Amino acid sequence: MQLQEIRNILHAEVLCNAELLHNSVHCICGADLMSDVLAFTKEKTLILTGLTNAQTIRTAEMSDAVGIVFVRGKRPSKDVIDLARINKIPVMVTKYPMYEACGLLFARNIPGSLNVREKND
Amino acid sequence: MTNEQTLKMEFTLKSMDFNLAGEASSKIKQVLQRIGISSAVIRRIAIGTYEAEMNAIIHAVNGKMTVEVSKDKTEVTVVDEGPGIHDVDMAMTEGYSTAPDHIREMGFGAGMGLPNMARCSDVFSIKSEYGVGTEIYMIFNH
Repeated sequence: MQLQEIRNILHAEVLCNAELLHNSVHCICGADLMSDVLAFTKEKTLILTGLTNAQTIRTAEMSDAVGIVFVRGKRPSKDVIDLARINKIPVMVTKYPMYEACGLLFARNIPGSLNVREKND
Repeated sequence: MTNEQTLKMEFTLKSMDFNLAGEASSKIKQVLQRIGISSAVIRRIAIGTYEAEMNAIIHAVNGKMTVEVSKDKTEVTVVDEGPGIHDVDMAMTEGYSTAPDHIREMGFGAGMGLPNMARCSDVFSIKSEYGVGTEIYMIFNH
C-alpha cells in the first residue's frame, strides 16, 4: 500500500516530503520506544508514534523506515520536521490515537513488522 | 574500494548531548552509501552504530566512536569513560535497563540497545569495568 492511501485512511495531514507519498509501505510498527522500533522493524516500515522528538527521525533514518505518522494530533517542532525533510522521510500527523490508527490500518491487512521477513532472515 | 584501502572515521560522543545524538551514525551511513555498500548491510551498521552512540550519550561521561571500513567489513569501536556496567550479563538481557525515566520519555532505555547491537553485528564484544568505562567492538561483514 502506498503512503498516500495511508494518508486517506488516517485522514492525515502531510508535514513534509509530500512528493514521496507514492512510496510503498511493507509493514507497520506502532511504538513510542525507539529501541523497540530499531530492534523489531524491517526496512520500508511505516512508524506510528506519539514521540515527536528528533530521535524519532533518526530512528526512521537508521532503520530505513518509509515514513512516520504522529498520532493523536501531536506535532513535532520545526527543527524535527526540517530533519525529516533533509533525510527525505515523509511525515504525517493524524488525529486518531495510537490504538485507533493501528486498528484502521490492521483492518486493511497491512502486516505488523514482525510478520514480514527480510530476504536474509 | 580496493582490498588494501581502509577508510577511518572518528567521532566524539558527548554526555547527554541529545541535539547531536545520531549525527555520527548519520554521517557513517552517508559515507557507506557513497562507497556502494549494500543497503541491507548499511541498515545493520546504521542500527548498530546508532544504538552504541545513544548508549554512550545516555550513560557515559565522554565517548569516542571509531569506524574502519575496508572492502569486506566495517569495524566499529566505541570507548567511553563513564560509570561502566555493573553486570554485563544482565545488561545483555532484552528488557533490562538502568536508564532513568527522562531517558525513557525520549524513547530510549527499553533495554534493547546492547542485544540489538549484538543481533545486527557479525562479531560483538563488550568489556566494561565498573566505575571506569566500557568498550564495545563490532564487526559487520559486507
